[in-house]
Amino acid sequence: MALDQSFVGRSYPPTRPYEVGREKIREFAEAIGEDNPAYTDPEAAGALGHPDVIAPPTFIFAITFRAARQVTEDPQLGLDYDRVVHGDQKFVHVRPVRPGDRLSVSTTIEAIKSMAGNDILDVRGDVHDESGELVVTAYTKLVARAPEVESPTPATTGG
Amino acid sequence: MPAKIAYADVEAGTELPPCTFPVDRERLVRYAGASGDFNPIHWNERFAKEVGLPDVIAHGMFTMAEAIRVVTDWTGDPAAVVEYGVRFTRPVVVPDDDKGAEIEVSGKVAAKLDDEARTVRVDLTVMSAGQKVLGMSRAVVRLA
Repeated sequence: MALDQSFVGRSYPPTRPYEVGREKIREFAEAIGEDNPAYTDPEAAGALGHPDVIAPPTFIFAITFRAARQVTEDPQLGLDYDRVVHGDQKFVHVRPVRPGDRLSVSTTIEAIKSMAGNDILDVRGDVHDESGELVVTAYTKLVARAPEVESPTPATTGG
Repeated sequence: MPAKIAYADVEAGTELPPCTFPVDRERLVRYAGASGDFNPIHWNERFAKEVGLPDVIAHGMFTMAEAIRVVTDWTGDPAAVVEYGVRFTRPVVVPDDDKGAEIEVSGKVAAKLDDEARTVRVDLTVMSAGQKVLGMSRAVVRLA
């Protein structure tokens, strides 16, 4: 069943602030095998002009994807999450994420399309810090595959 | 913010040093914990096969995180990455053996975008087991 087009443009209330931890950034950097000291050593980050360590470019996804549950679990929208795969992902950074940032995500449905029985959902997550400044925007394309089509290899999921 | 690659020193076609990133089951478990993505297709072979996958697959976001390292290793400053987007086209299949899988990443400057902002577009090619796993993999990078 095609998703209701009237949800295009719908915005969800900003999430409760997520406080970025220094050790969470370190854990994430280590998990992706990173040894760039900008993620773990304040002095090294300072030499690059940063006031503190910074998070890797894709770190924010854990936060924006959690916020996107407002969309994927919206009973009125009625997305069948078991059929959803992560199609595209894009980040536009205003400044790097840093420890102590208290980040809130405002999620908006940008587009709903139906192609070959698949529902394609474009979701935008605007991430603001405590002072209300935009830090990064995450663009996530979710594809809910048609139930009757047996696909041997789902693309992948990000979440 | 300084980056070690100067805008003036690159042109369309400039290649970034390529890199190969190993991925095994242990790494996927670590990534699951660090990212909070506990979807069992990324660690449970039985479940992955039940839903029609050949085996456990890497998180798409893990592959995305590895691919951009070719850019951040090049610039030195990860904050040089202003924009970064990918399309998840094929899964990275990670067998439960001593070797796991490999993600091979190469990149080149596709275009110089803005002389004032010193931004370039870098296109990445991301392969695993001889197949392209990410499509439209592009970054806008601010150079020194």
